[in-house]
Amino acid sequence: MQATQDIRKPVKERGVSGRTFRAAAWLGWQIESNWADPLIFFIYSVIKPLSGAAILVVMYSVITNGNFDDPMFAYIYLGNAFYIYVAAVLTGVSWTVIDDREIYRMLKYIYIAPVHVPVYLLGRGFAKFAFGSLAVFITIAAGVYFLDVPLDLSLVNWPLFAVSLTLGIVMLAMMGLVLGSVMLLIVNNANFMGEAVAGALYLFSGAVFPLSILPAWLQPVGYIIPISYWLELLRRSVVGQVAESFPTFSQFSDMQLLGILAGLTALFTVLGFVVFRYCDHQAREKGYLDRYSNF
Amino acid sequence: MLDAYPTITLLSLLTYPALHLGKKDYMDLAIHTEKLARVYKLRGSKKEEAKELVALRDINLDVRRGELFGLLGPNGAGKTTLIKILTTLLAPSSGVARVAGYDVAAEPEKVRPRINMVSGGESSGYGLLTVRENLWMFAQFYGIPSKLANERIKQLLEIVRMSDRMNTKSSDLSTGLRQKMNIVRGFLTDPEVLFLDEPTLGLDVEASMDVRNFVRGWMEGNRDRTLLLTTHYMVEADELCDRVAIINGGQVLACDTPANLKRQLQRDVIYRMEVSPLNGLQPEALEALGGVRKVSHEPKDGAAVLELILAEDDALGSVVNTLTGKDIHILNLQKREPSLEDVFVNLVGHSMKEAESGADGSSS
Ligand SMILES: Nc1ncnc2c1ncn2[C@@H]1O[C@H](COP(=O)(O)OP(=O)(O)OP(=O)(O)O)[C@@H](O)[C@H]1O
Ligand SMILES: [Mg+2]
Repeated sequence: MQATQDIRKPVKERGVSGRTFRAAAWLGWQIESNWADPLIFFIYSVIKPLSGAAILVVMYSVITNGNFDDPMFAYIYLGNAFYIYVAAVLTGVSWTVIDDREIYRMLKYIYIAPVHVPVYLLGRGFAKFAFGSLAVFITIAAGVYFLDVPLDLSLVNWPLFAVSLTLGIVMLAMMGLVLGSVMLLIVNNANFMGEAVAGALYLFSGAVFPLSILPAWLQPVGYIIPISYWLELLRRSVVGQVAESFPTFSQFSDMQLLGILAGLTALFTVLGFVVFRYCDHQAREKGYLDRYSNF
Repeated sequence: MLDAYPTITLLSLLTYPALHLGKKDYMDLAIHTEKLARVYKLRGSKKEEAKELVALRDINLDVRRGELFGLLGPNGAGKTTLIKILTTLLAPSSGVARVAGYDVAAEPEKVRPRINMVSGGESSGYGLLTVRENLWMFAQFYGIPSKLANERIKQLLEIVRMSDRMNTKSSDLSTGLRQKMNIVRGFLTDPEVLFLDEPTLGLDVEASMDVRNFVRGWMEGNRDRTLLLTTHYMVEADELCDRVAIINGGQVLACDTPANLKRQLQRDVIYRMEVSPLNGLQPEALEALGGVRKVSHEPKDGAAVLELILAEDDALGSVVNTLTGKDIHILNLQKREPSLEDVFVNLVGHSMKEAESGADGSSS
C-alpha cells in the first residue's frame, strides 16, 4: 500500500461521533426553541403537559370522589409526568427521519456527510429530552404545589434517581433508534408511528395504573415492556412510600430492578445499532433515502 | 502489512501485475465504474405484478482527477440515479463504482468525507435556520473548524452575491437564492469530488452565469479537484466541461471532449430550417433521402423548425424539393457549425426535446 503514493487528502476520521452529536443536538435545539412566537413556545412547553396532567387529575377525582390522599394518586401523577420523556425521546429520535427526509428534505445531505447517522438521530433527540425535562419538571412542581403530591426533596434517593433516569433515557433513545431505522423503510404514513407506539405503551407500562390492576392475563404485557421497570425505579427513588403500596414489583429489590434496567438498556443499544445497520442497507438498496411521500 | 512480507509482495506483483496496476489506477481516478447497473423494482397497484425498470445498464466511466466532467441526457436518462450511486445514497444492482479510490457500496464511510453533492431545482434546507447557520452546521458535520468555516461562508456568499442574505432565515429566501445557498454548501467543504445535479435548473440567466463562473474558478483553484455535473443544457456542457458523456435510456452513448464529439460531425453540414407547418409530412421521410443523415423537428408557433444533418451540401436540394412538393414554404435557412445538440441528435436519433416528450416509455 505504501508504494502507491496517496494523493488523497487526509481526512479527520476521529471524533466523528462527537461532532455529529454536537451539531445534531444544536440543530435539534434550534428547531425546538425557534418558535417564532413566545406564546406558542409557552403553550407547547407548559400548557400542553399541564393540561395532559389536568385531564388525568379530573378523571381520577371523579372516579375516587376526590380522594387525593390515596398513594394511588401520587403513583398516577408521577407516572404520567415521567411518561412525558417516553413520547419526547422516542418520537424525538425516530421522527427525525421523517422530518429530515420529507419536510426539510435534507436527509440525503446529512447521509452523504461524514457523520454517524445513528448518532445524528440521537443528537436530534437530545434537544427533545431537554425540553421534555422542562415539561416533566413543571408538571411535577405543579403537582407538589397544587395537589399535594407527597414529594419530599430530602427523602429522595438522588443517586438511584440519577442512575435510573440516565439509563432509562438511554434506553428510550435506543428504542427510538430502532423505530427510526424502521421508518427509513416506510415511505408513506410513517408519521404516526412514534406517537402510536408511545400511546400503546402508555397503557401497559404502569404509567397511569399499577400493573397489578390489569387482569392477570394482561399483566405479562406490562412485564415485557422495559419502560415499566424504569418508571417503577423512578417512583421508588422519588417517593419510596408510594411505590411500596403496590405489590407489582415488590418482589424485586432496587438493585435487581436496576440490573434489569441496565440489561435492557444494553440490549436495546445493541438492537438499535443492529437494526439501523440492516435498515440503512435496505434503504440504500431500495433508494428510500430521498423518497418523499406526498403529504 | 506489505512491508512484513516483501518477497510475497514482489512475487504477487509479478504474478498479478494487472491486479496491482488496477489498484494504482483507482487512486488516480476520481470516479471509476465498471458494468454499473441499477434496476428499480416498481410496485404498481396491488393487482399488477411487480415490474422492473432498468435505469442504468453497464455504465463504464473513468473520470480523472482534475476533470470537469459532464453528464448530458434527457429526462429519465439515468443521470440522477448515477449520481445517487456515486454519492452512496443508492446501492448499485450490479457492477462496481469507485469514488476517490473507494468502493461506494463497500466503503461508503471512506467515500463520504471526500465528496459532496448538490441537486438543483428543489427546495430544501432547514428553513428556521439562517443562511449562515445552515452552512455553518454542515461545516460542523465535516469537522471544519468554526473560524475557518465562517471565513469560507463569507467568501463564498460574496462570490454568489448573497452577502446581504447571510442572516436571513432560509425559509424567507426565494427558490433561486435557496439553491445558491445549497450550491455554497457543496463547495464549502472543499470536497475532492463534487457532484452537481442540474445546478442551474430554475436559476435565471444571471445566476446561472454566476454558478458557471464559480464552478470554473473553483476548478482552477486546485488541479486535484474533480467535478461531475449533470445538465439538460447543451451549451452549459459545451462551454464548461472538459469531457462529456452523453447518456440516454441508462446507457452511455458517447464520451469525449466536446470538441472531439463535434469533430465527428465536422464532415457533415448542418442546416437550421424554419418552415411553414409540415402538413402531415413525417420528418423521418426526409431521412430516407440520399445524403440526409438525421432530421429533428420542433414545432414553433405556427411554423416548424427542422434541424438537418447532411452528409453533403448537395442533399439540401432534394430536401427542398420534397418540402415544396408538399406545399411547405421555407421561411428561413441557416447553415451552422455543429453543436453538442447535433451530436446528441446524431447519436440518439432525435433531439433532446423529442426524447423528453417520450422519455418514460423509451427508458424501460
Ligand atoms: N425511486 C425510483 N423508483 C422507481 N423508478 C425510478 C426511481 N428513481 C428514478 N426512477 C426511474 O429511473 C429512470 C432514471 O431516472 P433518473 O432520475 O436517474 O433520470 P435523470 O436522467 O436524472 O432525469 P431528469 O433529467 O428528469 O432528472 C427514470 O425512468 C425514472 O422514472
Ligand atoms: Mg435528474
